[in-house]
Order: sequence, then structure tokens, then C-alpha cells
Amino acid sequence: MSSTLETRPGPPPPAASDERVARQSPLSRLLARPEVGALVGAILIYIVFFIVAPPFRQPESLSSVLYVSSTFGIMAVAVALLMIGGEFDLSAGVAVTSSALFASMFAYQFTLNLWVGVAAALVFALLVGFINGYLVVKTGIPSFLVTLGTFFMLRGLNLALTKAVTGNVATNDVSNMDGFDSAQKVFASSFTIGNVSIRITLLWWILFVAIGTWLLLRTRLGNWIFAVGGSAPSSRAVGVPVNKVKIGLFMGVGFLAWFMGMHNLFAFNTVQSGGGLGNEFIYIVAAVVGGCLLTGGYGSVIGAAIGAFIFGMTNLGIVYAGWDPDWFYFFLGALLLGAILLNSFVRKRAEAMR
Amino acid sequence: MTAVVPETATPLVRLTDAGKNYGNIIALRGVTLEVSGGEVTCVLGDNGAGKSTLIKIIAGLHEHTSGSYEVEGEAVHFSSPREALDHGIATVYQDLAVVPLMPVWRNFFLGNEVRKGLRMDIGFMRETTKKELLDMGIDLRDVDQPIGTLSGGERQCVAISRAVYFGAKVLILDEPTAALGVKQSGVVLRYILQARERGLGVIFITHNPHHAYPVGDRFLLLKRGQSIGYYRKSEISRDELTALMAGGAELEELSHELESAGGASADAAKILGEEVHDLGIDRVSTKEAP
Ligand SMILES: Nc1ncnc2c1ncn2[C@@H]1O[C@H](COP(=O)(O)OP(=O)(O)OP(=O)(O)O)[C@@H](O)[C@H]1O
Ligand SMILES: [Mg+2]
Repeated sequence: MSSTLETRPGPPPPAASDERVARQSPLSRLLARPEVGALVGAILIYIVFFIVAPPFRQPESLSSVLYVSSTFGIMAVAVALLMIGGEFDLSAGVAVTSSALFASMFAYQFTLNLWVGVAAALVFALLVGFINGYLVVKTGIPSFLVTLGTFFMLRGLNLALTKAVTGNVATNDVSNMDGFDSAQKVFASSFTIGNVSIRITLLWWILFVAIGTWLLLRTRLGNWIFAVGGSAPSSRAVGVPVNKVKIGLFMGVGFLAWFMGMHNLFAFNTVQSGGGLGNEFIYIVAAVVGGCLLTGGYGSVIGAAIGAFIFGMTNLGIVYAGWDPDWFYFFLGALLLGAILLNSFVRKRAEAMR
Repeated sequence: MTAVVPETATPLVRLTDAGKNYGNIIALRGVTLEVSGGEVTCVLGDNGAGKSTLIKIIAGLHEHTSGSYEVEGEAVHFSSPREALDHGIATVYQDLAVVPLMPVWRNFFLGNEVRKGLRMDIGFMRETTKKELLDMGIDLRDVDQPIGTLSGGERQCVAISRAVYFGAKVLILDEPTAALGVKQSGVVLRYILQARERGLGVIFITHNPHHAYPVGDRFLLLKRGQSIGYYRKSEISRDELTALMAGGAELEELSHELESAGGASADAAKILGEEVHDLGIDRVSTKEAP
């Protein structure tokens, strides 16, 4: 398909050293990376808590911070990819709880092996993602509104269905059921290194971040994700299957919501039907702090991971420092604002490279 | 000046009586057009005449609402540009269809990524982008810079070289020379001729008769969504083409209007009339002609 055309007057020979390139220093090139702001922020916050909160220096504390970070960071992978693809999912937080409730009640009510419930919940979560995506691409209504609708629906479903089935606000304990032990190993076990206990979600988090980053930067799908978020009409014009990519991204959120739901189920054995509320914003905050543009087309999965790590550090660091935890949301908001300002500055630099 | 008699050989692209409505707006009506391999068809017309609408039908971006569209004799109803691309029809859109925040090389290969197994062959794509743009006389500092940071003309060159690189059978260019300097316009015209020599069918949309006449084999003139003429090169002279075209026709109208007003207006009309005439003969680079 390649065909190189010869032009008669030869092109100007590429100058060995182009005088126009010199202006771009390695520093500004580094600054142009989306996650660099978050990285600088994370280091600063780490140093602050290291100084003011002595318990923060313990390896166990770091392990706890990483655990909390991972529970948000895993979802932030999918949410960041979706945001780079130009969409939001406000139902992501309650979808985690929905998946857990679904798996638990499905297996419990039909006295099945828990793995059957786990598999059924996966189908359910992917379906929720598909419906979100399908509605967004077919109606053209902003995903903010569509997923606000599914958010309320899932929230109501979680509460009402749980009460109808169990007569309670939480599901029954599943720890005596078939398949519990093996499922717990996969989704919610821990292991020790030295004498520090590490939760398995950390490994899953690293794995998902690695896959997400590779997907985004090295594969055709990643190219398409950037493109549909950057300009959907242009992408469509050059043959990118825009709708499929977007639906796929919503289903990716569904997949990781399922994964986190399974973690919650097997970490606590029972599921509170009102859980997960508000977490969707924390995923979005992590992605934005990590350099994702709200308007799509720009961002990084590693950045979102750093964003989640910042969230985990602040969340626990305030406790370790002995401050009133009520301050947490104030800091979270300040962080978000700071990140948005920094990102817009960095992006202007990136765009004004010439 | 008589209409072109349809050829017996199957053309690459054939529109018969094609039309397009946007809701109740009739953007295009009853347009017939043929593009054969090794032939350049120029589409000319005023702003809003329906030129972009016409090529969007051919490129698969919009479906025609009436008439028929055939590719190599087979009736088609493209529901996405992907289908047109898969038929070997590549397009340079007027708005260029690039994603501003993405690097130049990612834009160049967008939708046609070269892969090595599951991964993209990034090295190859970078080098190819650099090389193809150099061939166009665009010496980019860095194919990793966001395409939004390029100048309008540079962006246009990326869009053109991309279509030339991937256009297997039919190449569509919507006002490709509008933002280009003399040198790059020359390169684009040469690309069009080279594509023709390679046996591609080219559809070339332009406002500029001096760009259209030297490279075109057939000329389709549109006005208010309708065809007002479809000529072979042998059937129309450059002057006639210029006069019929947007600008030419309008200037002539304007000149008549001024003339009838008399007095000072008549002088202005004279100047305008001369200009219309001059447009047809002066400033034409005959060396582009085949
Ligand atoms: N998406 C759309 N919805 C409604 N009307 C449209 C749409 N696209 C184009 N039109 C109308 O169709 C007509 C033809 O537009 P088109 O873009 O094809 O013109 P054009 O010949 O390419 O003009 P130009 O030389 O300015 O590029 C115009 O009157 C325009 O307003
Ligand atoms: Mg147009």
C-alpha cells in the first residue's frame, strides 16, 4: 500500500543540526509529559508527611498507604483511559458495589459455588459498561448525564434489591461457601516481605497500570483512544471505529469495577449495599491529578496511578500526622485545584513548543 | 461545450443523479460524476455549492439520500469512512481531519497503524512520516510534536501526504492548496499528476482555475448544489473555465451590474471585466501542464 512519490526538485537536505530545534531543552521535553506534575506533587507530599508524621516513616505505613492507593488506583486505570477517550463514568463508584452485591447474592440465593457468582457478576458489570457506552455513542448525549442516570439507577438497585433479597442493608456472610478460599486468594489475600504485610491488590494494581500504559502508548488501540478523545469526528473520518472504542472503554471501567467489587466481597465477606458512593469522583480526581485532560485526548495511566498514590498518602498521612481527618476533603480539593492549574500550565507549554 | 458521454469501461467511482439532504436542506441534487483510473476530475464551484458534501458522500462520511453510487461497477452504501478506505478511497478533508493534541506521526498513521504483532511499529511509522513529509518539502523538526503546533500549511501537507500514502485507487483532495504557498502548491499539483500516472483516480476540489486547469482531465461545475456543467478538457478552455467558476462568474455579474449603473461605476466595471479576462491568461504556470 506504500508508494513513495519522487519529487523532481529534491527536498532541501535535512540540516545536520536544525537551528530551530535547539530551543527545546530536555527539561521542557520532560515537562511536556502529562504525569510529571503529579510526580513532583507526590514527591513533595511524601516529604511533607515524612517530616511531620513520624508513623508515616514505618514500612507498614507505606504498605497501608499503597493498599489504600491500590483500591482507588485500579479503578483509576480504567477511568483515566475513559477520560483520555473523552468520556466520564459517574456510575463507576456504585458499579463496584453493584458487582459485589450481584456476585454475593447470586451465589448465595442459588447456593452455588462462589466462582459462579463471580463469573455472573463479570457479565453483569460488562453489561453495565456496555449500556453506558451504547447510550452515549448512540444518543450523543454527554456521558456526564448518561452515567449520572445509571449512577442513580444502580444506587437505587443496590439498596432496594439487597433489601428485597436479604431483608437487610448488607448481604449475608459468604465466608463458609464453596470457592471462598480460592477466590479470596485471587482477589483479597496478602503476603509478607520481610515482616511487612502486603495486600495482593498492590500486585494487581501494578499489573493493570502496566497493561494500561502499554495499551495506551504502544498499541493501535491506544492510538485510537487518544484520537477519539482528541477529536471524534476526525478519527471517524480517517477510519477509526469511534463507537466501538468508546463502548470498549466503558466496558473497561465495568471490568475493573467488577474486579474491585470482588476484592471488596472477599476482603469483607459481606457487602454494604450503600457503599461506593462518591468514589467515582476520587477516581476522576486521581486521573486529573495525574495529568488527564477533562476534555479528553491527553493523559497517562501512570499519572493516574500517581494521582491515586497521592490520594492514599494524604488520606492516611493526615491520620498519621495526628490531624483532624475532617481536613482530608479540604486537602483533596486543594490538590485537585493545584493539579488542574499545573496541568493547564504544562499543557500550554507542551502546545507552545515551537 | 457538450456534456461528457459516459465511458464504456467501468469507472472507479460513478455517481448517478446523486443527492444529499441535511434534514430539509438540500445540499446536493442530481449530480453525475465519473472517475476513472489515470484521470483527474476537478470539482469547481462557489462557497456552499456542495463540493464538500459531494466528496463526503464519496468518502463514506455521509450517505447519499438519492441517486446511486458505484465503486468499480458495484453499488455501494458506505456507512463509515472505513468502508471507503477499505475500497482504496483516501481523502484529504477540508478541515484536514487531524487530532491536534496527537503527535504528527500518530496522526499520519491514524486508522492505518502499522503493526508488528500486537504492538505498533513506532520506529517505522516515525521514519516514514518524516520521509514522506520531506518529500513534500516539509522539513519537520520533530515528528513527535503535537500536530496542533504546526502551521496551517504544514498541517495541510501532513493530511495530503497521508492520503497520498494510503490512497490505493482513488485520491480525493478538498481544497488542498487553499492554505499553501507557491512551492507547496506546486508539489501538491505534481502529486496529483504522479497519482494519475500511477493509475489512480483523483478528485480535486479547488477554487483556483490555474491549479485546476493544468492538471484536470474533466471538470465538474457545481452551483447551489446542482451541476451546471461537466466537461472534458478538450471541451473547455481555461478562459471559459475561469469565467464559469466561482469568482469568474461572479465578477462578470458584478461587472455587468456596475456597467448598467453608468458613470464612475462603468469605469470600475471595465477594470473588473479586464480582471476577469486577465485571471484566465496571466499567472498560469504552464510547466505544470502535462
Ligand atoms: N452538516 C450539515 N448540516 C446542514 N447543512 C449542511 C451541512 N453541511 C453542509 N451543509 C450545507 O450544504 C451546503 C453545501 O455545503 P458544502 O460544505 O458542501 O459547500 P462547499 O462547496 O464545500 O463550500 P466551500 O467552498 O465553502 O468549502 C451549504 O449550504 C451548507 O450550509
Ligand atoms: Mg468545502
